[in-house]
Formats: sequence, structure tokens, C-alpha cells
Amino acid sequence: MAQVTLRQVIKKYDEVLAVRGVDLDIADKEFIVLVGPSGCGKSTTLRMIAGLEEITGGDIAIGGDVVNDVPPKDRDIAMVFQNYALYPHMNVYENMSFGLKLKKTPKAEIDQRVRAAAGILDITELLDRKPKQLSGGQRQRVAMGRAIVRDPKVFLFDEPLSNLDAKLRVQMRTEIKKVHQKVRTTTVYVTHDQVEAMTLADRVVVMNAGLIEQVGTPNDLYHSPATKFVAGFIGSPAMNFIPCQLEQAAGALRVRLSDKLSFPVPDGRTARYTPHVGKPSLVLGLRPEHIAETRPHAEPNQHDFEQVIEVVEPMGMETLVYFTIAGAEVCGRVAPNAGATAEQAMKLRADLSNMHLIDDVTGKVL
Amino acid sequence: MANAAIAAGAPARPASYGSISRDRRWALRWSYFFLTLFAIFFLMPPFYMLITALKSKEEIAAITNPWWVSAPTLSNFIELLTQNAYLTFFRNSAIVSISVVIVTMLISVIAAFSLARMKFWGSATLATGVFLTYLIPDTLLFIPLFKMMAWVRDTTGIELINNWWTMVILYPTLTVPFCTWIMIGYFASIPKELDEAALIDGATWIQTLTKIFIPVALPGIIAATIFCFTVSWAQFLYPLAFTTSTTELVLPVGIVTTLIKGDVFNWGQIMAGALLGAAPPLIIYAFLMDYYIAGLTAGATKG
Repeated sequence: MAQVTLRQVIKKYDEVLAVRGVDLDIADKEFIVLVGPSGCGKSTTLRMIAGLEEITGGDIAIGGDVVNDVPPKDRDIAMVFQNYALYPHMNVYENMSFGLKLKKTPKAEIDQRVRAAAGILDITELLDRKPKQLSGGQRQRVAMGRAIVRDPKVFLFDEPLSNLDAKLRVQMRTEIKKVHQKVRTTTVYVTHDQVEAMTLADRVVVMNAGLIEQVGTPNDLYHSPATKFVAGFIGSPAMNFIPCQLEQAAGALRVRLSDKLSFPVPDGRTARYTPHVGKPSLVLGLRPEHIAETRPHAEPNQHDFEQVIEVVEPMGMETLVYFTIAGAEVCGRVAPNAGATAEQAMKLRADLSNMHLIDDVTGKVL
Repeated sequence: MANAAIAAGAPARPASYGSISRDRRWALRWSYFFLTLFAIFFLMPPFYMLITALKSKEEIAAITNPWWVSAPTLSNFIELLTQNAYLTFFRNSAIVSISVVIVTMLISVIAAFSLARMKFWGSATLATGVFLTYLIPDTLLFIPLFKMMAWVRDTTGIELINNWWTMVILYPTLTVPFCTWIMIGYFASIPKELDEAALIDGATWIQTLTKIFIPVALPGIIAATIFCFTVSWAQFLYPLAFTTSTTELVLPVGIVTTLIKGDVFNWGQIMAGALLGAAPPLIIYAFLMDYYIAGLTAGATKG
């Protein structure tokens, strides 16, 4: 059993607070991804779990034991680094067996474990090679192999795919997921790439400025973000944020985006939104896929409007269109054959059933 | 096809224009010219030594062409090597140099590792301090050192003056700072993740040093070793100041003090002795040259 628990964990470098009180419960066998922009404290958090950074305050427990002052080697963890950190003078076999040798594991068992791990990662034929004779992807596999061989309580990954080219990254992403499904070890994975986070994680932890913004399954984060930061960080192209006002007219609630443009609020949300009528600094959040070309039959809460398209970006299976509402740039996703043309008006349809209303002062999704 | 069309249509290039390959040719000619000049300049003394060492006493004294031997003889070498004194000098030098290399590498590898990797209070200042020590010339140091040795003798009764093994204590004051400095640069170029990986793998600091750092930094260590050996082997001032008895002298001082009697210079044997004395560093360089160059360049770009 290897749950990892963080309680009010703080890291201070001189006077700078890098991590400002993080609480997190990671279940046994769970794949957790810490994601956030650079400098948000995700790597520091990971390194504190590893024991490579001392914690300034709070508690970290692995498998129920508080490990605040336990050195890395006694925490029973394995870490995969961004630049692989393979020992250049050892071949793959020696790299993978180094930790076991230090623990004085019997030779036969080392051999059996190294070969088993090499089998999982499909690197058996590379065992005699030196790291410099390997490609980036192979080195990454060896680094993972070194972690698997040790059979630790927790795997820690520190941006392991950032040094790979785009195609290999996608391939290795799948590989990591497969390996986790095979070995089922609790995993904490750090990345700045939200696509990696979404595809790999059981639960994603979005961090910003040393704090956790939200913890949830990839779908939770995508469909019900708690804050404007999460809403904007998860999803590509990013969610549109349009300044708006809530107004009560003739017993119905409407979001007004500009003098000409306003949409009725979906029925299920009126009660929730009514207290915010008249508030300044409200923002409507709507994902690009909820702005599409108009169609003959409207579902409930879908509303047509017309805008002059500024930029058209064909992507193949869809076309991105960009236009401006009340000074905010807005992106929509239309069908390739919808006839979007730059600098021409186009009839679009907004699906308000997926709208988010955000208080721009607190950054909270209402 | 397209190439041919362009070539046919393009105007012929004026011949007076420079081209990269022509520039490169000239650069090469100049470098060969200066390299040859330097090679001649620096090889002249050893060549002169060799010529003189092969001459008999009479031929050296006679007015003949100094760059040519008319009757080559090995008598200088034979006389030298059958003298007990010379063999003693050689033995002293060898033991001193090898011991100094061992002592220096033990100290500076560990010192450099801790200064480069264990960030402790004052480590950066200490690293600079180590380098500053190297900048103080030995001509300034030998008098205070002599005083210290005399003081040790007076207080403890251990005779440190006029003993060849005192050199094993003295030479590291020259070699340790420089070797530590080279090794700090070398260790600093090893990615931080490598020791973190070793730390997570369960290695102690000492295991990280012996199993990861020393093998990875081997070229740098070899470069430092060669430097250290050369400095110890060629050191002249300290043995000249600290040793006087014939049995305690090291090679450079021994040759000069025993083969020059008053105003009689035994040139043939001096040259033969110097040639033989220059051989060990030369042999070491020849074997480790590749490592030495790799070590110097790595230290130059990172660190």
C-alpha cells in the first residue's frame, strides 16, 4: 500500500515562497499528474516528495509514514528525470541494476528483475549498450526501466517527455500509460503540458503560484473548472473569456456581451446566477467547440448570432474561426465545409448549456 | 537540370574575390609557419642536450660545431648510471612525485567534490579561496614554510629539514589548489540529476563519488594527475632550500649541485642526467595525451 499524503506543505527559498501550503491525498495505485505553468511549484512539490528538497513546513507521508526527515534512499521511491540522468559510464544493464546492487540484492534476483523490466519496456536487446549509443526515446525507456526494476512504492516523473520530439512524445505517453497499467504503482507525474496531463492522469492537480487550484479527473477539470485559471489552462484552443453583464429583463435572466448581443441564461442556472445580477467584472466562459456554425434545428439553449470572421485556420477535421466580441478575441470551431471566410459575416451558434460564469475579481467560477 | 540552367545564366565570378577555401588555405599556411617556428624554438634545447650528452669530455671542450657529434659515445650515460648518487636522486624524485600525486589526488578529488556538490555555508568563498592560494608564488612561500618546518622540529623534535620526504608535505601546497580547482570545474559540469539519481538509487555521498563522479570525471582526474606529477617532478626551489645532503636530494637539484664542482661544469653528465630526468614525464604524457587534451578542453568550456 502506498498512498502519498501532503499536509500543508510549504517550501521557502530564502524569502520566496515557492509552495504555499499544499494539501493532497494520492491513493494507492493512482496516477496523479501535477500540471501548471513554469514556476508554479509543481516540480518543487515533486522534489519534496522525493526528498531532494527539504520541506519548510507541513508533513509528507508515504504509505502512512511521515517521511519529512527521511533521506531519499530510504523513502522507497524511484524518479525519472527530464534529462534521463543515466550514468554515462555504465551500460543499460548496469544502469538498471545500480540501485539493486547498492541494496546488496542477490545477483540472480537482480538479473531476473532487470530482464523482466527490460521485457516490459522492450529494451532487452539494448542491455549491453552505453547511454550515448541510444536515441532519446530509448534513453527515456531505460530511465523508466531503472525505476521499474527497483519496484518502489512510488514512481516520480519530472517532465520526462519534454526532451523528446513531438511525435515521440505522443508515443512515449502511451507507453507510460501502458507501463502503469502493467505495474500499477502509485505515480506522481509533473508536466507543463495539459494534453499530457489529461491523457495520462487518473486525477489532475492544477497548480498555480505555489497553490493547488483544483484537483479532479480530467473530465471534471474540463467540464466543471473551479477557477478561471483552470478553465483557461485546460483545453486547447483555450476557453474564450468574454466580459459580460447579467441582466434581469421581463422575468428572464440574460447575459449581455455587447449592446447588440445577449443570450438567455439556461433555465437550470437562473437560480444560481440570480444573486450576481448587476455585478461588474463578470466574464462569460465558453469553449471553442460550443461556438459552431448554425444548423437548421436548434437544441434548447442554443442561440444563433452573426459575426464578422477575422481569421480562419483550417485544421483538417475542423476549422477554427476567430472574431471579436466587445474587445475580446473569441475562437469558434466550425465544420470544414461550413464556408467560413475571413472578413465576411457568418452565422454562428452558441451552446449556452455549457457556459461558465466567472467572477473576474475572485477568479472563481460561479 | 535547374543547376545547369543557373550555371549557364550566371555571370562568371571575378577571380579576385576571396573564397572560403582560399581563406582557409592561407590560414592553414600561416598556422603551419608559426607552428614550425615554435616547434624549432622549443625543440632546440632538448636537441642541444642530446648532442652534448653524446659527446666525450674532450669533444665538448674542443672548438667544434656545437650542433654535431663527430664521435658519439654513451660514456656520460654509463658514468652517470653507475654513480650511486644519481640513482638516489632518481629514486627520491620518483618516490616523492608518486607520493605527492597520491596525496594530492586524495585531497583534491574529495575537496572538489564537496565544494562542487555539497552546498554548505561558505563553500563558494572556500572554492575561490582555494584558487587564490594557487596564485601565491612559491618564491614567496618557501621562507615562511622553512620557518614552520624549523618550528615543528624545535617543538616536536621531528626533523623536517634536509629530508627528502619533507617534499611530500611541501609539494601539495602547490599541487592541491590547482588540482582542486580543475576538479571543481570538472565536477560542476556533471549534471545535477546524476547525483540525485544516485541518491535516490540508494548511494551514499561516498558511493556517489566513487561509483559515479570519479568514473565520469576520469579524463579530468587524469589531466590533474599529469599536472601534479609534472609539477612535483620539476620542482626546484623547495628541494634547493630544504635539502642539502647528497642522499636527500631530488633529481633537478641533485644534478645541479653534484655535477657542478666549483667552477667545473661536467656538461656531458649534466645533459645526460637532464635527458634521463625528462623521460618519465614525457612517457606519461605520451600515454595519456588523449585524456589530457580531453580533460583540458572540458575544463575550459564548463566550470
